[in-house]
Parts: sequence; structure tokens; C-alpha cells
Amino acid sequence: MSRRLAAVLVLLGFLAGLAIATFSEYRIFLPALLRGAVVTVKVGVLSIALFYAMAFIAGIGRLNKNRIIRYTATVYIEVFRGTSLLVILFWLFFVLPEFGVILSPLAAAVLGMGLNYGAYGAEVVRGAILAVPRGQYEASLALNMTPRKQMLRVVLPQAVLVTIPGLSNLTIELIKATALVSAVTLVDITFASVQQNQIHLRTIDIFVITLLLYYCLAQFVRFGGGMLEARASRHLAKAR
Amino acid sequence: MSDRDPKVRFEKVTKTYGTLQVLDSLDFHADNGEVVTVIGPSGSGKTTVLRVLMTLEDIQSGVIYIDGEPLNKMSRGGRLVPASKAHVRRIRAKIGMVFQNFNLFPHMTALQNCIEAPVHGKGVAKGQATTEALELLDMVGLADKRDHYPSQLSGGQQQRVAIARTLAMRPEILLFDEPTSALDPEMVGEVLNVIRDLARSGRYTILLVTHQMGFAREVSDRVCFFDGGRILEEGAPRDLLGDPRNERTRQFLSKVLEAR
Repeated sequence: MSRRLAAVLVLLGFLAGLAIATFSEYRIFLPALLRGAVVTVKVGVLSIALFYAMAFIAGIGRLNKNRIIRYTATVYIEVFRGTSLLVILFWLFFVLPEFGVILSPLAAAVLGMGLNYGAYGAEVVRGAILAVPRGQYEASLALNMTPRKQMLRVVLPQAVLVTIPGLSNLTIELIKATALVSAVTLVDITFASVQQNQIHLRTIDIFVITLLLYYCLAQFVRFGGGMLEARASRHLAKAR
Repeated sequence: MSDRDPKVRFEKVTKTYGTLQVLDSLDFHADNGEVVTVIGPSGSGKTTVLRVLMTLEDIQSGVIYIDGEPLNKMSRGGRLVPASKAHVRRIRAKIGMVFQNFNLFPHMTALQNCIEAPVHGKGVAKGQATTEALELLDMVGLADKRDHYPSQLSGGQQQRVAIARTLAMRPEILLFDEPTSALDPEMVGEVLNVIRDLARSGRYTILLVTHQMGFAREVSDRVCFFDGGRILEEGAPRDLLGDPRNERTRQFLSKVLEAR
């Protein structure tokens, strides 16, 4: 509880700092940085949605009995884990148009980030599913549940809990990796900072604020994940 | 199905793990309403009998019949072919199993555990499933624990919820796999009381694997002594437990009774 309080205080302090900065000489570059932050948040939120969806689809797919589904999931995971995110972004934005597929900068950024992190997340999900005790599968089979219901009603609710630390870690990484999306011409926090620095040459001020902005975003995810985990594990402490 | 068919029949059932033969061409049967206790040393195949019957494990050869219908096979054009999933599901609905480690769903309350499979598997209306589940929880003495999670219940209470959960699917055959082995001694009695009531009701065909010899003698119609994947000796509990004829049975019983 006290940790949560501390976080709120830090956040309030930072917002107060921003307010002061807005009415001081910082106003010459701060609005541009905040516009960048909005882009980062937009890319972040959309990418996270795709990331979670892909993590669960591919993670479950990798354990499917059907060989084609399993191989497809494996190929997806290996391709995106084995290649550089930056290169994938270049492909989506600069190479695909050569084949007639034209994506907006935002679409390319979200696809690249979401698919890339989804591949890592799939391994977290797979591990979590494998961590559900065998007795749970046996009990649900003995109750004549179909494999589908078994997965949705018994295994996944327990596995999700196990995925929370791993997925929140990856989510924080994703937010920081959004710095790469300037490669596809999006003006995010990082790109805005570089631009503003070139104009105003206030290197220290600008990059301190940039760091703090990323730190705040990461804290949101960290506390969100922590609260989710505490809530979800209320009844499970003794059972594991 | 005819009246003469036993409820459960194993015909030359063989189960191997690699080179280890767990069930060795086993012939076994249980009649409708019969309470059969299976005893034997660890590794004798006694738990495997329940596990293959529950379809938790495959068998290599042989046929298991429930009410005269094959479980692991189905007849097509007069021949037995490997069973389809739908066929197995239909026959399996007659069987319920209670596990040594309860295996309750930890993210659900006692009541939710009991209505999960009826509502989401069988399609029973939630209101009706809840009414039935509450009756069953009352029967095992846990009506007041309906909203408790497994982590908030003692081992004995968890096992009683697990029994209620199994009964909620209205099985005809009940399998108990060492239902009191994971319990603290003071909780064994409360679980055995529930099983005793079920055995005496005569509504279920019961296969019980246990080391509780006194209880086996009290509730069973028949006791089977397993060793090496076969039944070495079987008979009325008084005869088999009181005066075993087979030397292996005698050794096993003297060891088990000594340990108490």
C-alpha cells in the first residue's frame, strides 16, 4: 500500500513539475515533447493489444494437437524472435510497398511492435500453460469437459496468473522499444526530443524530461501488473 | 446392453509404459451396484485400473466394456474399431473419479467447482445445477462452505467438495483413487463417512483403491489383491483380508497391518 502511495506522490510531483515547466521558459519545447508522448502512448496501447492477442494465440497454438496449427505458431515465433525489430519495421514500411502493400506509419509501427513482442509473449504463455498441474487436466477430463472448455475454463484462468510477471516485463520493454518507431517517420517522444534539441540546443533539459516521460509510462505498467497479480492471486496462494 | 452384462468388464487389458508391463492381460469385472476394493503393493497396477477406466491413459490391447458397450472401441459393421472422441465422451459420462490430491479448481469456489462441468459441459441450466450442487454440498456436510475457495478449506473438506463435484455429473460408476492418502489422520474419518454412505446407497458401482483395510472390510462386497498387473486373489473381504490363501497376499497384508 505504501509503495502505491509513493508512486502516486512521485507521479503528482512530476505532473506539478510539468505544470511549472509549462509556464516557464520550458514552454518553447515542452509541447512538442508532449505531442511526442501522445504518439508513443498511441503506438504503445495499440501494440500492447496486438502483443497480448498474438502472445495468447501463438502460445496456445504452439501446444495445439493439430500439427499445422502448431507448426504455424512455431514458425511465427521463430521468425519474429530471430529477427531485429528495427529491420522488421523497415520491411513493413519500406519493403512491402514494393509488393504493393502500403501501410500507414502508425499501422506499420503497431504491426511491427505487436508481432515482435507477441512472439516473445507466446513463450511466456506457453510456459504458463505447461505450469498448470497435470491433476487439473485429469480432473476436467474426468468431468467429461471438452478440450476447448478445459483450456478456456480451467487451464487458462490459472495460466494467466502465471503470465502476469513475464508479460508486464515485456510490456515495459515494449514501451521503451517504441523509441524505434521514429524509423517509420512517426514523431514519438524520442524523435521529438532529437528534433527539439537540434532547434533549441537544451540537451540536458530535454533528455532529462524524455527519460522521466518513459519512466512514468513504465511505472503505469508496473503498478497495473502488480495490482492485477495481487487481485488474481487472492485465492490461489495456498493452492500452488 | 442386457441385464446380464456386468457394469464394468476388462477383457485381456494390457497396459505398458515402455518395457514396464503395468496391466498384464487383465480380466476384471464389477457388477451393477457392487463395491469392489482394489488393494496391492505400489506398482501393482491397482491405480492404473482406475486411470485406464477413466480414459486418463490409453491401453495397448484388450477391451473395456461399460454396460456391455466397449469404451475404447466401438463396433462398426460388426467389427470393433478404435473409438471416436464422441463415443468415448458418451460412455465416459457414466464414470466419475475422485483423486488422491483432490484436484479441485483453485480459481473457483466450492459451489463453482460443483456446477462448472454440469453447466459448461452438459448444458444444465445454472439455477438447476446450483440447486443440485447445494444439495450435494449439504450431503457431504459443507453447505456453509459453498463460497469458500479450495485454499480456504482443509484437506478433508476439499476431498468432500471433490466428491460432491464428481456426483454433480450424475455418474453411475465411481472411482476412488486412494481418496484419503493425502489427508492428515484426523480428517480421514470425515471422508470415509461420505464414501460409506455412497457405498451403502447401492446407487453406484464403486471401485476403491485404498490402504484403509478396516474400511475396505466394512464397505466392500469384494476385495481384489493386485500384483504385477494381475489379480492374484479375490474374494469376500472377510475371506481375503481375514484368511488369504495366496502367499503374496498374506505377506502384503501382514506388512500393511504391521505398519499401522
